[in-house]
Amino acid sequence: MIELRNVSRSFVVGDQKVTALRDINLLLGNGEYLSIMGPSGSGKSTMLNLLGLLDRPTSGEYLLDGGNVTDLSDEQQARVRSEKIGFVFQSFHLVPRLTAAQNIELPMMLAGIPVEERKQRVTKLIESYGLTARSDHRPDQLSGGQRQRVAIARATVMEPSVLLADEPTGNLDRTTGWEVLKLLEGLLNQGITLVLVTHDAEIGARAKRQLQMLDGAILSDKLS
Amino acid sequence: MKIIDTLQFALGSLRGSPTRTLLMILAMSIGVAAVVILTALGEGARRYVINQFSSLGTNLVIVLPGRTETAGIGPGMLLGQIPREISLEDAEAISRGSTVKRIAPLTVGSATLSLNALNREVVVLGSTSNLLAVRHMNMGLGSFLPPGDMHESAPVCVLGVKLKRELFGNEQAVGAWVRLGDRRFRVIGVMATQGESMGFNTDEIVIVPVASAHQLFNTSGLFRILIESKSRDVIEQTKHDAEEIMFQRHNGEKDVTVITQDAVLATFDRILTALTMAVGGIASISLAVAGVLIMNVMLIAVAQRVKEIGLLKALGAPPKVIRTMFFAEAALLSVIGSFAGLVLGYAGSILIGQIYPSLPVSPPWWAVLAACGTALGTGILFSVWPARRAAKLDPVAALAGR
Repeated sequence: MIELRNVSRSFVVGDQKVTALRDINLLLGNGEYLSIMGPSGSGKSTMLNLLGLLDRPTSGEYLLDGGNVTDLSDEQQARVRSEKIGFVFQSFHLVPRLTAAQNIELPMMLAGIPVEERKQRVTKLIESYGLTARSDHRPDQLSGGQRQRVAIARATVMEPSVLLADEPTGNLDRTTGWEVLKLLEGLLNQGITLVLVTHDAEIGARAKRQLQMLDGAILSDKLS
Repeated sequence: MKIIDTLQFALGSLRGSPTRTLLMILAMSIGVAAVVILTALGEGARRYVINQFSSLGTNLVIVLPGRTETAGIGPGMLLGQIPREISLEDAEAISRGSTVKRIAPLTVGSATLSLNALNREVVVLGSTSNLLAVRHMNMGLGSFLPPGDMHESAPVCVLGVKLKRELFGNEQAVGAWVRLGDRRFRVIGVMATQGESMGFNTDEIVIVPVASAHQLFNTSGLFRILIESKSRDVIEQTKHDAEEIMFQRHNGEKDVTVITQDAVLATFDRILTALTMAVGGIASISLAVAGVLIMNVMLIAVAQRVKEIGLLKALGAPPKVIRTMFFAEAALLSVIGSFAGLVLGYAGSILIGQIYPSLPVSPPWWAVLAACGTALGTGILFSVWPARRAAKLDPVAALAGR
């Protein structure tokens, strides 16, 4: 359950105030598939950052699974991110010196999960994502699709309730992009809430619920 | 995050940039090695001096003319008198003290020593047969000055080993006659090699009876009286007695100085320990410099790894964990650096010990502890700022690499 109540976010750039989000209200149920579309500067990335607790709203409230997370301390927000939120980025953001397996293991290491359990979960995920032959390879030895699969494995290893994907196909060719997209959509079967930010209308149209944004406001919110 | 994971992660990121890591370890280890080697040298010098001093003799009390401390202006000074000299009679009086084992009066001068056409300027020591025992000297050939009345001026002399070699080469010296100044002396013995002690090369001196020396130099005063006390416990008593005797014999005027070997030794010990600490302190400046270097490089590391820090935050790493990670990196660098520095320092000390075998070089334990402590301390202290900076990064900006 995600609920945004009158959320606004503004930045001060130089001596000008720029409003990235204005008065957003949004209610998103568990297991929903939402795409956020809009031109650059429409506020879709800011929205994603707010949903992922990487950023704080200037005003308004954010409720996650019924709890108010708006005013949590940095430490507490980090804990919520660790337990409930997974991120998939356009540029993968894998740690270059770590192998595929170590990258997947990273969130569990940060959460302090015992080594044996970590190894088990990594092995399972690597198998199900078809990366067994690549588990000891570093990111620079992997193809773009493989890198994004490692990143998705990393995002899901803590079994979050929400997965936030920011242009996950943006750095991939069309065929690979579709494969990655199918992988993400497959997670919906496990009850995950998937939020996908894209400027590609064709990709956005695959989501059950589609949000159009413009100038920091929701232009349309339709179900297909 | 578990400690072992933190350390492993830190080790991984150190391995990720080997050149940077190696240079930092080098800087750290040079700092530690400098402290270890310099304090080892200082400590070596201290032990060297103390050994030298101990080799002068044991339980020594030394009487010298004049006073090094003055308590106000005495009548003698107003009249322009110089301190009264110490006479042989004074030495005899002191030798009768209850705690005195033996004494050796000492007078020093220089004269020309000649044999046939060969001659050179030498230092002449006038003393008695006791000098050998008091000063722990050894005979090479023949015998030392004969015992007996110290007023008797026998025309005999004992040569330092180097003088014997210069004058006689491999020929027989004992029994031969040499000329010292305007007098003739018969060589009755040759000293064994003693080497240098307290800047006084005993291999290049001539020893004659003290009365003969007085005639030779036309004086009657003594340069020193060396008193050997009966035991270590009565040294202070001996000193006090000597002062008292001289006070009375010199008509109630304190015009001599009595020092004990222990006091001189303690002074040297203090001076050289202070010197060692000062040198160690100067060397530890290089450790502080290494600390600043660590800070600098850590700041660069934070800037270079801004995206990684952003990612770690997105993956749920709280600020505390990020801080700990950078701390761990700095601590690891310091530990490895100190260890390398210790190895380097000890190797250097051993090498110096090999080159100068007479110098007992070994780093004192407190310097080793201080060096490692300072290395760790500065390493961690100077990583506080970079670590805090990393922890405070805004995750959105960091992920974007800003």
